[in-house]
Amino acid sequence: MELNKFDFNNYRDLLDRYILKQDESALYQAEQFTKLSMQNNILPEEFINIHIQALKELYPDLPKEICASLNFLLETMISYGLAYQEFQTLREKQGELESEISVAASMQQTLLSTTKPEISGLDIGAISVPANRMNGDYHHFVKDESNNLGIAIADVIGKGIPAALAMSMIKYALDSFPESQLSPSVILENLNRVVERNVDTNMFITMFYGFFDSKNSVLQYASAGHEPGFYYCAKEDKFIEIKAKGLVLGVTPDAIYEQFELKLEKDDIVILLTDGVTECRIGERFIESEEVLHVIRQYIHLPAQEAVEKVFKYFERIQDFHLRDDFTLIFLKKEV
Amino acid sequence: MKAQSSVQINKEWDIVGARQMGREKAKELGFGSVDQARIATAISELARNIYLYAQRGRIHVEVINDLNKKGLKIIAQDEGPGIADISKVMEDGYSTSGGLGAGLPGVKRLMDEFDILSDKEKGTTISAIKWVRS
Repeated sequence: MELNKFDFNNYRDLLDRYILKQDESALYQAEQFTKLSMQNNILPEEFINIHIQALKELYPDLPKEICASLNFLLETMISYGLAYQEFQTLREKQGELESEISVAASMQQTLLSTTKPEISGLDIGAISVPANRMNGDYHHFVKDESNNLGIAIADVIGKGIPAALAMSMIKYALDSFPESQLSPSVILENLNRVVERNVDTNMFITMFYGFFDSKNSVLQYASAGHEPGFYYCAKEDKFIEIKAKGLVLGVTPDAIYEQFELKLEKDDIVILLTDGVTECRIGERFIESEEVLHVIRQYIHLPAQEAVEKVFKYFERIQDFHLRDDFTLIFLKKEV
Repeated sequence: MKAQSSVQINKEWDIVGARQMGREKAKELGFGSVDQARIATAISELARNIYLYAQRGRIHVEVINDLNKKGLKIIAQDEGPGIADISKVMEDGYSTSGGLGAGLPGVKRLMDEFDILSDKEKGTTISAIKWVRS
């Protein structure tokens, strides 16, 4: 039997065959028929009606009790039909929303994009991957005319669209500061005022700001409650947490940020990250920071960009390719 | 065949009466069994809305005899609190998420034409038409 169109006669014949032989092939064709009927937007109550009509043609003397019971069944299917239609409408709406979000996400990518500058003597690696479509992490590089590097890494508590919106503001505030004024503590103090004035009190932003003075190989930095990074000291072959106390951005208008300094020697590495790295979860368990360092250690001999990508791939895999939080990792590797 | 009939909705039991009236009219007009069931469900939904939100109102059923088509018009009228945000109640998933049934979007789907007028404190009039398929 050719079953390429949704046709009453086809259904009747199929039903007839099944009632007589009860064979599996009729059932298989019934399955195909159902799919076809869904493609044709046939609602459950209409399908039941086709069944009733087919049965009446095959058995004109159908007992009236059976007829009544089938009408009863048809009646009960009306609400299922409505729910099915509603579901389809909602699915279309979801598609629209998703395409709207992907437009927003690509716009965010354009807005917040940063290019990794070439700084002689410094090998830079950076990766930032959102958990959902939009990224609530932010990092930015600025190079000045004397080959010095300004570097910002920030995280909005929370993720998704609100976090992404807040990040756009941070980026423009940072852009508006004069380039000559790259002192980390001053930058954080200025940003703090911007955030305090413009962002809802229940949204917090943490940020680490560093300024690498390439002539003296010194990293000046300050932190606004940001996840502490690590300093890998090559000579001693050990990791040291980069401690920098400071209030998260936006809590009080007059927060003060203390500035610290770190001298980098050959092969030393500064590791900056967001809590998407350190609070990565395996099943129900958060990983320990020793584990993070253990993983990082396996890759530190590689060029910085390759290293951050390998670390990310590792964590992506142990989290079953489903990130719980936005993930940003930056390596600054002193080459000479 | 009487062109118009109506049922007063005061208590839950009246919903059944309204369904019955609509189904009989639909049968007389020559609607198939699926459309009869849809008309009855639409009436049920409208009558239930009156019973739940306006406490009292009426369901009218009217035969439309146009030049080339026949149809059934349902009018649900109440003097209840009115609907503040019609767009909202016409949104999919708004009333159904609360488990209230098909809601007004459902009625709109069951019927061919749908219109709603509502004034705060004055009440709501919903009319819906189903055409007999030729």
